[in-house]
Amino acid sequence: MSPQSQRVPAARRSPLHPLARRIRIRRPWRLAAEATALLVAAAVALPLYWMVLSAFKPAGEIQSTEARPWTFAPSLDSFRRVFEQQEFGRYFLNSLFVAGTVVIASALIAFLAATAVTRFRFRFRTTLLVMFLVAQMVPIEALTIPLFFLMRDFGQLNTLGALILPHIAFSLPFAIWMLRGFVRAVPEALEEAAYIDGASRTRFLWQILFPLVFPGLVATSVFSFISTWNDFLFAKSFIISDTSQSTLPMALLVFFKPDENDWGGIMAASTVMTIPVLVFFVLVQRRLVSGLGGAVKD
Amino acid sequence: MKRTASGPQTPEPAADRAGAEPASSSASCPDPSASDPEGGGSATARVPAPRPGAGLDAGTETGRAAGRKPPRRPGAHGGRTPWIYLAPALVVLGGLLVYPIYQLGLISFLEYTQAQVSGGEPTSFQGFANYTALFSDGQFWQVLLATVVFAATCVLATLAVGCALAVLLTRVRALPRLALMLAALGAWATPAVTGSTVWVFLFDPDFGPVNKVLGLGDFSWTYGRYSAFALVLFEVVWCSFPFVMVTVYAGIRAIPSEVLEAASLDGASQWRTWRSVTAPMLRPILVVVTIQSVIWDFKVFTQIYVMTNGGGIAGQNLVLNVYAYQKAFASSQYGLGSAIGVVMLLILLAVTLVYLRLLRRQGEEL
Repeated sequence: MSPQSQRVPAARRSPLHPLARRIRIRRPWRLAAEATALLVAAAVALPLYWMVLSAFKPAGEIQSTEARPWTFAPSLDSFRRVFEQQEFGRYFLNSLFVAGTVVIASALIAFLAATAVTRFRFRFRTTLLVMFLVAQMVPIEALTIPLFFLMRDFGQLNTLGALILPHIAFSLPFAIWMLRGFVRAVPEALEEAAYIDGASRTRFLWQILFPLVFPGLVATSVFSFISTWNDFLFAKSFIISDTSQSTLPMALLVFFKPDENDWGGIMAASTVMTIPVLVFFVLVQRRLVSGLGGAVKD
Repeated sequence: MKRTASGPQTPEPAADRAGAEPASSSASCPDPSASDPEGGGSATARVPAPRPGAGLDAGTETGRAAGRKPPRRPGAHGGRTPWIYLAPALVVLGGLLVYPIYQLGLISFLEYTQAQVSGGEPTSFQGFANYTALFSDGQFWQVLLATVVFAATCVLATLAVGCALAVLLTRVRALPRLALMLAALGAWATPAVTGSTVWVFLFDPDFGPVNKVLGLGDFSWTYGRYSAFALVLFEVVWCSFPFVMVTVYAGIRAIPSEVLEAASLDGASQWRTWRSVTAPMLRPILVVVTIQSVIWDFKVFTQIYVMTNGGGIAGQNLVLNVYAYQKAFASSQYGLGSAIGVVMLLILLAVTLVYLRLLRRQGEEL
């Protein structure tokens, strides 16, 4: 029997722990595999370790030609320089504001749209779904030029709105596509029961469906948060003269100087910029992995 | 945006229209209530694939498929309600996605430079002048070639690393697995800008540890064309293999151990098991992951821009995205930049169409 015929029952069943597989792997092989895994983990973590390490190194050690993987005299000088010279706190808040607004707005809009395409049957439904899928593939970078003129015409250049609006639009298609699965997972019997009990559509939407889909919203938010937080191109193109509206990625580049890069400052600023994303990621990590797994098993 | 799984990743049986995989047709039962007239797309997938010796279990197949999709309740048509729910999304997408695409196409046919932007001269329709200028420019072809080769290398490297580590994850106990997962999540979460700066620092000729360890002296990675591309490649693979690894690992975990056990009882080697059992079952996931990687690696911008300082010495490390940006915003040739954008849009549209075709062949239901 070909493996394909097994696939459907396989996918429906709960994932069995591959215990049987494991017993058969001979011990030396497993130890070699585990050693490899640990080595790879260390290599993958090295850039992040080096970033944090360099942020805490005193200036003399960073500029030393002996790159030591440790420091005995951690200092906060680089962080101090970053926050004092560059109004970094302000950029941080700007970034946080932009990402936060995008996350909330796109989650709400995507929730409504995902409900529409999963719990209703209407004309053009499939067309819309295909269009949402295609929209995810649009290279947003290619749209920088027309968006630049659009923002200029609406007087949004040099304001945070110029960053918020496009990012809401660009995170929507994926958010809708991903939320679809979560909305579909809510049993329809629940909806019928709600209507029988006299709930209106709106009441069902916000008081029953919304709380049930909330974990999915969180998982989806990770992606819109990260894409917005990391955005470099729009920040560079739309915030041209008013540096008080800058976000973190741009502020980071200030430390690159043509003659001598301030590596301590760059690494401290990078650390400050990376940590919120890492925290966010670790917090929702379980949901994220199981969300992806859920999408796989569906 | 970070890499995200965009497609539905259901490892459902491929209801192959050509019948190349005959033993699968559970998506073949037309949904009795799915009365949407636009269903032409997914309908192809519902065509039962011809199966050899399908007599006996055809009944159970249909039964299962029907049981999977309960008939919709009558009120689900909802009249205007779905459109009200969709309105905000459609307004936002129309204004900030569809309209800019139209504008992009329009500007690519105009003479649009600093003079027109500031209103000093009226815009004039140029026909295909921007495209002619672009296609007769040797640099454009060079950049296009570099983009394609670079993206292809990135995709292959990412997939190889991601799949290998996903398999490795299934072979180890919880602790090493957790360590690798956490490290990978860290790399995944790192913003492209900071990832780029850190990698440049690691490979810095004066203060970076890599040159010290490898004994390269003050070799400058960003000076030569290929070494600069290699450096960017390392960073791109580093930040994008976790998506592949996590997704493929989840896919492997969803394969029941009986199948693998049966393979090993039949005396299949590890490699043979991977090639003949695991890989075919993972195919839907691999398709999603590959297409996503192609799309993401094709439009790399931040890494190139930050690591090679805007495209490298004399533009030796330009890729299409950075090229368009430089044309438009650095030399104010917005028309030309838009033409490059249109070229990029068309290439990615072609990739997307391939993706949609593959999804359909897998019997994906929208």
